[in-house]
Amino acid sequence: MDKETFRSAVAAGVFASEEAHRSLLQSIVEVARAMFAARASSIVLLDEASDELVFEAVAGEGSDTLIGTRFPSSKGISGWVLVTRQPLVIEDVSADPRHARDVAEGTGYVPKGLMTVPLLLEERALGVLSVLDRQTQFTLEEMDLLGLFANQAAIALDLLQRTRRARSALDEDGSEDVAVVARLAAALDGLEGPKREAGLRLLSALEDVLAT
Amino acid sequence: MAIEAHAHEPSAPVPAWSLSPDAVEGIQLAGEWPERVTREWAWEGSSGAGARVCILDSGVEPSHPLVGPLEGAVAVSLGENDAPVAEDDAEGDLCGHGTACAGIVRSIAPDCSLFSVRVLGAGYTGSGPTLLAGLRWAIDQGFDVINMSLSTTKSQFAGVLHELADTAYFRRTVLVASAHNMPVESYPWRFSAVISVGSHQESDPLTFFYNPAPPVEFFARGVSVDVAWLGGGQIRCTGNSFATPHISGICARILGKHPELTPFQLKSVLYLTATNVGARP
Repeated sequence: MDKETFRSAVAAGVFASEEAHRSLLQSIVEVARAMFAARASSIVLLDEASDELVFEAVAGEGSDTLIGTRFPSSKGISGWVLVTRQPLVIEDVSADPRHARDVAEGTGYVPKGLMTVPLLLEERALGVLSVLDRQTQFTLEEMDLLGLFANQAAIALDLLQRTRRARSALDEDGSEDVAVVARLAAALDGLEGPKREAGLRLLSALEDVLAT
Repeated sequence: MAIEAHAHEPSAPVPAWSLSPDAVEGIQLAGEWPERVTREWAWEGSSGAGARVCILDSGVEPSHPLVGPLEGAVAVSLGENDAPVAEDDAEGDLCGHGTACAGIVRSIAPDCSLFSVRVLGAGYTGSGPTLLAGLRWAIDQGFDVINMSLSTTKSQFAGVLHELADTAYFRRTVLVASAHNMPVESYPWRFSAVISVGSHQESDPLTFFYNPAPPVEFFARGVSVDVAWLGGGQIRCTGNSFATPHISGICARILGKHPELTPFQLKSVLYLTATNVGARP
């Protein structure tokens, strides 16, 4: 496959998939929240360019206010978990006045308990998954379960990052020809039945005409 | 009773990597190990006095009532050509974790010396090189025990970390490192020159188990531990990173009583006094 064809194929995927990956992350935090009967669950993603953590998905408390909120990558409990790659469970966060104040300013809600696990994929730490105020009895098995779940979340985060990088590469490319192919591919993807078949025939004919 | 090692000092200008017949006399070791190495022999009566423990972490809150006085506190950063730069740390603890570890060590070895080396705070990107720089600096200070409740997944740092772990081992500095319970490769806990620690669920701080199926070598208390935290307070935490300072504290007590032990001997004493080996009938 030549470079242009490859780029167009990527573009087709990119335009349609970022939303799907976001939904996947959201479903992961929803399931984590349900699994541990928790009050909230969240995923923060490391933005390497700014060295900050950004809320990507939130279920429960804070879901309407936290998305997009940023904080330094090596401070606080999430920062420690990210940098050291070690999971951490705290049973009474509110006893930590500094943490409680920081969280309360962001959400208006101070959790009591917190389970935090790094999202690791191969050598990279991509972000942090947190489960707040769970109602289940804590055991080491529960920690293992959260670890397994974090593995799945890391794969989803990786997909989202790849999608964004691909989109960013296309945006930086700046050439309208790539963008128009991407839009066409996305439009075709959204068609069904006879219209889709007609669209495919048209593009196939176009391919014959343009073939050298 | 003391176990003494007298290294053979070769007269030749090059190191001797083999044992010549006339050198055998020079490495005779005291043979009077007790019939059974007991906890009473290992650390009874020791408060950790004389042992120097370094907490390589997020910093330690000064004058926390559960931590007490520190021998010193530095923050390590990278200078020119990535050389480690250690400056007096005025920021204390950026997270609470280092304070928690220091408090656990203090609770087990109340009279040991505690020193904070902060390697966190430079952001995620600089965390790997800073960890290496901090560890290198700490090894150069000749601490008896370095508590590392942290790890890196970057394989580019594995070689240097391995080298540092071996350097520490041969300089009689014990590295006590948290094991990872997630399905990824991480370092330095997997290296045999360090003492790696995972968690068990029992509540006794002196209960620890030897794991006959390494790489995790010991399990210590790591679930629902009441620890020192920011603001002079206390919170209840869980994680391998809290099991690790329990073993560091026990090492400090053993070394306070038997300062001549090498890391190899110390690990053997831990094995012989583990709850599943020697401590339970």
